[in-house]
Amino acid sequence: MFTEPLLSGITLGGIYALIAMGLTLQYGVARIMNLSYGESLVAAAFAALWLFTSVSVNPLIGLFVIVPLAGIINWLIYRILLVPLVKRAPSRDALEVDSILATFGLLFVAQGVMLAIFGGNYFSYDFLSIPVKIFGATISASRLLALGFAVVIGLALYLGLTRTRAGTAIRAVAVDPVSAQLVAIDVRATAAFAYALGGALVAAGGVLVSMFLTFNANLGVVFTMKALIVVIMGGVGNLLGCLVAGLILGLTETFVATYVDPGLTLAATYIIFILVLLLRPQGLFGTRRS
Amino acid sequence: MSARNIAVAAALAALVISLAFVPSVANGYQLSLAINIMNYTVLATAWTLFSGPTRYVSLATVAFFGIGAYTVAVLGEVLAWPLVLLVAFAIGFVLSLIVGLSTLRLSGVYFVIFTFGLAELVRQFVTWYEVNVTRTLGRYVFVDITTEQIYWQLLALAVVVFASGYLIQRSKLGLALRVIGDDEAVARHVGINTTHAKVVLFAFSASFMTLAGAVMAPRWTYIDPAIAFNPVVSFQVLIMALLGGVHRLYGPVFGVIPLVMLFEVLLAKFPNHFSIMVGIAFLLIVYAIPRGIVGLIEGAQLSLSRMKGA
Repeated sequence: MFTEPLLSGITLGGIYALIAMGLTLQYGVARIMNLSYGESLVAAAFAALWLFTSVSVNPLIGLFVIVPLAGIINWLIYRILLVPLVKRAPSRDALEVDSILATFGLLFVAQGVMLAIFGGNYFSYDFLSIPVKIFGATISASRLLALGFAVVIGLALYLGLTRTRAGTAIRAVAVDPVSAQLVAIDVRATAAFAYALGGALVAAGGVLVSMFLTFNANLGVVFTMKALIVVIMGGVGNLLGCLVAGLILGLTETFVATYVDPGLTLAATYIIFILVLLLRPQGLFGTRRS
Repeated sequence: MSARNIAVAAALAALVISLAFVPSVANGYQLSLAINIMNYTVLATAWTLFSGPTRYVSLATVAFFGIGAYTVAVLGEVLAWPLVLLVAFAIGFVLSLIVGLSTLRLSGVYFVIFTFGLAELVRQFVTWYEVNVTRTLGRYVFVDITTEQIYWQLLALAVVVFASGYLIQRSKLGLALRVIGDDEAVARHVGINTTHAKVVLFAFSASFMTLAGAVMAPRWTYIDPAIAFNPVVSFQVLIMALLGGVHRLYGPVFGVIPLVMLFEVLLAKFPNHFSIMVGIAFLLIVYAIPRGIVGLIEGAQLSLSRMKGA
C-alpha cells in the first residue's frame, strides 16, 4: 500500500509546485509579498464549482474562462492598489512591508466576500471521480487529470520564460530591476504582467484543486502559507526549486496523513519550514544574497 | 529629573488612579467596553514594542493571546491564579524564543511569513490534541474572577507594558533597536548583536500578549480553538497600532479608542460583513495615513512651528 500515498503525494505536490510558481513570479519579479494569494485560489475554486453545478460547465473548460479572468483581475489589482505603494516606497524593504500590509487587508476583504456568499461550509463536486488503477494503486481520474494539467501548465510557463522575449524580460527584472531599465525593459509593465501571470497560475491551481479536494472560504491562508514555504524552500525566483520543493511538501503531507495522523499535516509542513530556515534559508537551489 | 518630567509623571499617575475607579462609576455595558479598550491597548502596545522600532510586522498576536487563554482553561482550576498567570507568561516566552531564534537572524520577510501561519498552526495543533487526547473540542473556564478584577488586571498589565517599553527605550537595548530599525547593516557594523536584541524584545512583546489572553480568558465561560485563535484579533491589533502610529510607544492608544468604538458599531450593524468592513478600514489607513494619527499630529506641529519661525 506504499504506492497509493506516493501517487497522491505526487499529484498534490505537482499542484503545490504550480501554485508556488505563481507566487514566486509575484514576489520575485513584482516584489509584492502577496498575503492574499490563497484567496485567489479559493475564489477560482468557487468559480469552478459555480460553473459546474449551476451552468454545468466542465471545470477543464472552465479553466479557459477563469484563468484569463483571474489574470485580468490581478492586473487591475496591481495597477490600482499596488502601483501607488510601489511609487511611494523609498526602498525595496519598505515596499515589502507596505505590500504585506495592503495584501493582508485585501485578504480579509476577499475572505469576507466569499464568506458572505458561500458561508463557512465545506464544498466539493463530483467530477470524474472514477477509480483508475496504475502500478497496483487506485487513484481517482480527476486527480490524475489535475496532475496532467499542472505538468502542462508548468512546462508551458518554463518554456515561455526561457525561450521568449517577454519571458527573458521578466527574468531580467527578477535579477535586477534597475539594470533592466538600461536595456529598454519597461519595468513597471513587466512587473504588472508578472503579477497578473502569477494570479492566473494560482487560479489554474484553484480550479485543479477544486476537482479533487473539499474546500471552504477560510482555506486561503493555508494555501498561501504552503505556497510561501515552497517558494522559500526552492529558493525565491527558482522554478525548478518550486517543482522539487512542491513535491517534497506534497509527499510529506500525504505520508504524514496516511501513516501518522491527518490532523498533523500542517504541523509537518511547519517542521519542514523550520528545518529550511535553520539549515538552508536561501533555499535548496537559491544562492545566498549578500 | 526636570520639573517637566515630574509634572508628566504626576499626570500619568493621576490618570492611572482615575482609570482604576472606572468600574465604580460605569454600568455593565460601559465596563465591558472599557475592558475591550484596555485589552486592545495592552495588545497593540505590546505589538508596537517590538514591531515599531524594528519594523518587523508580526501577524501572530492571536497565537500568543490564544495560548494564554488556553493556559487558563487548562490550569485555571488546578493552580492558584498568580501561578496560572506565571505559567502563561513562561509558555509565551518559550514559544516566542523558538519563533524568534529560528527566524530573526534572517531578513524580516521570513519572520512575517512564519508569524502569518503560526496562529493557524497552533489552532490546528490544539484541535488535534483535543480531538485525539482529551476527546472534547471545547473547554469551560471556571475561575473565580469578577469582571472588575479583569479590568484592574488589564490596567495593571497596561502599566507594566508601558513602563517596560519606556525603560527599554532608555536602555542600551532600545538604542540598538533604533539603529536596527534605521539600517540593519549599519547596526551590525557598529557591533550590535542584532539577532540577540530582536529576539529578546520579541519574547517580551509576545509574553505580554500571552498574559493578556490569560487575563481575558474568564470573560468567556466557554472556549474552543476557533474562539481562542480567531485571526481577526491579530488583524484588529495591527490596524489599531497602525492607525495610532507605531513610531511612538503611546501611539497605538490613539488607534485603539476610536477603532474599538467603530468595531463595536460595525459588529452590531453588519455582523455578516464584519471582516469586509474591517479590511476596507485597514486599506484606507495603509494608503491614507501610513504614519498614523500621531504622525499626522507631529507633522502638523512641525509645519506650525515652521510658520512661526518664518
